[in-house]
Amino acid sequence: MTRQMTGAEMVVQALIDQGVEHLFGYPGGAVLPIYDELFQQDKIQHILVRQEGGAGHSAEGYARSTGKVGVALVTSGPGATNMVTPLTDALMDSIPMVCITGQVATHLIGSDAFQEADTVGITRPCTKHNWLVKDVNDLGRILHEAFYVARSGRPGPVVVDIPKDVQFATGTYEGPTRVEHKTYRPQVEGDPAAIQAAVELIAKAKKPIFYTGGGVINSGPEASALLRELVRETGFPITSTLMGLGAYPASDKQWLGMLGMHGTYEANNAMHDCDVMINVGARFDDRITGRLDAFSPGSKKIHIDIDPSSINKNVRADIGIVGDVAHVLKAMLAAWKSAGHKADKAALKSWWGEIDRWRARNSLGFRQNSETILPQHAIRTLYERTRGKDVYISTEVGQHQMWAAQYFGFDEPNRWMTSGGLGTMGYGLPAAIGAQTAHRDALCIDIAGDASILMNIQELSTAIQHELPVKVFILNNQYMGMVRQWQQLLHGNRLSHSYTDSLPDFVKLAEAYGATGMRCEKASELEGAIDAMIAAKGPVLFDCRVANLANCFPMIPSGKAHNEMLLPEDATDDAIANAIDKAGRALV
Amino acid sequence: MQPGSVYAIKEGKDKTEQHTLSVLVDNEPGVLARVIGLFSGRGYNIESLTVSETEHEKHRSRITVVTMGPPQVIEQIKAQLERMVPVHRVIDLTVTGKAIERELLLIKVRGAGDDRVEALRLADAFRARVIDATTESFVFELTGRTDKLDQFILLMQPLGLVEVSRTGVAAITRGPEAT
Repeated sequence: MTRQMTGAEMVVQALIDQGVEHLFGYPGGAVLPIYDELFQQDKIQHILVRQEGGAGHSAEGYARSTGKVGVALVTSGPGATNMVTPLTDALMDSIPMVCITGQVATHLIGSDAFQEADTVGITRPCTKHNWLVKDVNDLGRILHEAFYVARSGRPGPVVVDIPKDVQFATGTYEGPTRVEHKTYRPQVEGDPAAIQAAVELIAKAKKPIFYTGGGVINSGPEASALLRELVRETGFPITSTLMGLGAYPASDKQWLGMLGMHGTYEANNAMHDCDVMINVGARFDDRITGRLDAFSPGSKKIHIDIDPSSINKNVRADIGIVGDVAHVLKAMLAAWKSAGHKADKAALKSWWGEIDRWRARNSLGFRQNSETILPQHAIRTLYERTRGKDVYISTEVGQHQMWAAQYFGFDEPNRWMTSGGLGTMGYGLPAAIGAQTAHRDALCIDIAGDASILMNIQELSTAIQHELPVKVFILNNQYMGMVRQWQQLLHGNRLSHSYTDSLPDFVKLAEAYGATGMRCEKASELEGAIDAMIAAKGPVLFDCRVANLANCFPMIPSGKAHNEMLLPEDATDDAIANAIDKAGRALV
Repeated sequence: MQPGSVYAIKEGKDKTEQHTLSVLVDNEPGVLARVIGLFSGRGYNIESLTVSETEHEKHRSRITVVTMGPPQVIEQIKAQLERMVPVHRVIDLTVTGKAIERELLLIKVRGAGDDRVEALRLADAFRARVIDATTESFVFELTGRTDKLDQFILLMQPLGLVEVSRTGVAAITRGPEAT
């Protein structure tokens, strides 16, 4: 299918051909021809953000909540540089995103023209791939290639930089074809011999554990279904990274909770003591492993990952399987069944006995016994009041994010959007807007902190304009809580610039934007207030005043191992001050 | 720590190895920056780097990069290179063995009297060619393995070495097959 059209027309045509329905963007000089084409069509809905970074994070939230590629459109120069954070965020968390940037006309490139920036140079290290389109006849092919690269293999962000004269020029449009990409062909099917070996190792396991990650979510709903089948078939315990929450239901009895720095006591101890670890689509991130040379010392490790460079990067795998999670799990299940394998019931029973003893420590326990709302209680209550509803949760970054991961239970994939790898404050509100755009009737909540929310608060205006009824649930403790917690751990409780002295009145702020503002300060009023927030028609900014000095536990202090966790009841001022030794101090 | 069961990367403890990698890439704009950016961004070493288009019709280039690191880091470098979109293939010539490596050196030496005669005599011994001469200087051209070039430069130092330009390593496997 080839047709003559202008570059700007090609952009819109390519988006339509790729099945794009929603686009997040902000106009500017170098993308005006594309915006002119958008004006003359009604197949794609454009969501006008308030800062380009908002477009990027919205596209991420959209992608994460749908499994589709998120699309952003921004202008040259500052438009493109404002996209650097979302692009890096999407790269770290493997989120498929196509970002189209305008560029100054080709004859002006290199002349320091107005709003010129070396976009492909700047975004090269923060994209999976990027292109500068110099000939309009290449544009159609490159756009379709961009979508292919973004969603194939380990998903990620790509940038297509289009000079303004190329947008005006007329050329031949090439539609999406099924021709193989000339170089990029990721391996999807796992090696049968490795799968066979993995299944045999699993069958012999006495103290096994599934350790799953964002790769399961990225692989699609089928991967989650297959994971559930395999976990139930084997009867093994399962834990997940921050990015993988929801792939396995949190309400299930085989679920140990999240692992890692703020994971549960049972998940981390089971990781430490296991004899066979089955890593499904996770990447042994430093938040997960704790001290590497003491990480799960006695176990054989199976690692399933679509990115060959993830295997043996941080932790050596005994069996590495390169492939897509769904494909590999399907093959594993088939191999398991055809060989008639059964898990070692007796060994599992005693393993579960050990796990139950760790569970009995109740590492997420807290006591809400005054009118001051504990942040843990706030999240738990939010979870209870929204149960059974069609809920999508995003977060900003900090203590509230960890509490959300700990106390909000996710039973389905694609319901949880958080900035895991990069840890981007300001991610949550635009991500919720992205999710709400895709799921108009769902309840999309950004669990936020008082500091994080101010990083992209302007996007509330986007929500108002496009009638996206997102709810922002702020755990307001007037501190950058996680910064303060680390200052307590590492820097003698000297709280250098982590107290926000002049917070806005969030209720008035909401009203100024045309949203609903709410405040709750008493535990006894929390349920009713949350119900009112859910019932409210439009966007809500909910100022939940919580205990100012609460900290996030349990915790593996940096430089420590999985079995050296600091539990809430042991976290005295003294224990906090001495939790991290000299070597751990230098770690992030 | 429990010996034999620790999976940490022991950087600095494992022996550092030198590997010559041949990277076949699509000759698209920015491809070299991408490869170099990977090395600098992830803290890998580049000992030598050469790049040139090698198959004009197919728009393919061959990047030959000599790198140093412990075995695990070398493996990681290869995996990182292989997953880049415009990379066709990565061949570790140090692992495949039987590779021939050559480098070209241009070296300017200035001197008179015995030094000048000695420089010319050594050049002859190394089979370097004189490609420019004035009454007080020579420019020699020398091809060979990196260590041979290093040795020649060392010998020229006391004889009036002015400046050096070298290409970096180009490498290819022996035998009839393509890699």
